[in-house]
Amino acid sequence: MLHLILFLFFGAICVAGAVNLLVQSHPINSALSLIVVMASLAAEYLLLGAEFVAAVQVIVYAGAIMVLFVITIMLLNAGAEQHTKGSRVAILIGVPGALIGAVLVAWTLLTRGHTGSVAMGALPGSPQDIARLLFHEFLLPFEITSVLILIAIMGAVVLASRPEAIARRHTESHQPDPLPQERQPAPQLVGSGKEH
Amino acid sequence: MVPLSYYLVLSGFLFVCGVLGFLIKRNIITIFMSIELMLNGVNLSFVAFAAQWHSLSGQIFVFFVMVVAAAEAAVGLAIIIAVYRTRETLNVDQVNLLKL
Repeated sequence: MLHLILFLFFGAICVAGAVNLLVQSHPINSALSLIVVMASLAAEYLLLGAEFVAAVQVIVYAGAIMVLFVITIMLLNAGAEQHTKGSRVAILIGVPGALIGAVLVAWTLLTRGHTGSVAMGALPGSPQDIARLLFHEFLLPFEITSVLILIAIMGAVVLASRPEAIARRHTESHQPDPLPQERQPAPQLVGSGKEH
Repeated sequence: MVPLSYYLVLSGFLFVCGVLGFLIKRNIITIFMSIELMLNGVNLSFVAFAAQWHSLSGQIFVFFVMVVAAAEAAVGLAIIIAVYRTRETLNVDQVNLLKL
């Protein structure tokens, strides 16, 4: 009974956050409601007994990834989104389609799916067991993901830093004297010849 | 005891919310957040099934999904910054050329 009450409580918070993400027009409000969704999902993981996943969810998802999002919104000074003709078409087609899909999935799961029930804290895993599994059976995928992270870091650095664009923005914003090294021709990146 | 289907319905609802956001939102950052929402819904079903079958492999998969999400967020936000530098807009309707 306690499990059901807690599940419904955090599930309601989760659903409210997800709906709020869709309703809000300003990205920072969407980001904050996504943080609410992730925090309540961490509570759901705790209910299932996955303490380590819950901790990682809070640290990595609600912490690191969402901080990245919020900083990007702040950096780009993103305002409220403008609605165009394309968005109206997307709403007309997308909303009924997604709702039909959701109702179908929920109906199938609730009436036809012969799944059992889970007890509170059903998962047996301590961090020790998870580590043993991760570093024995899943060692190769673990190493591959470390390479993936390395490539992602390099890609992010290459994509986000465009020295010639920074120099151009400096000259456009009527800075009297840009630094000498910013005037030098930068290495040719993709689309560096684009002019406004 | 909570039926497993409740967890799956919640996870499916989160996934559908992500799909809806992906379709109806015009801001590129919000679209990106919808993808994260979909990944979260999938993670919940992974953990719920892991609890059902008393298996730890589901949790390991959640970690891999998180790693992929983190890499995707880093690269994707860098692409968004690059797009914003050349176009001065975040509206996906105005980003209709692949060229930066």
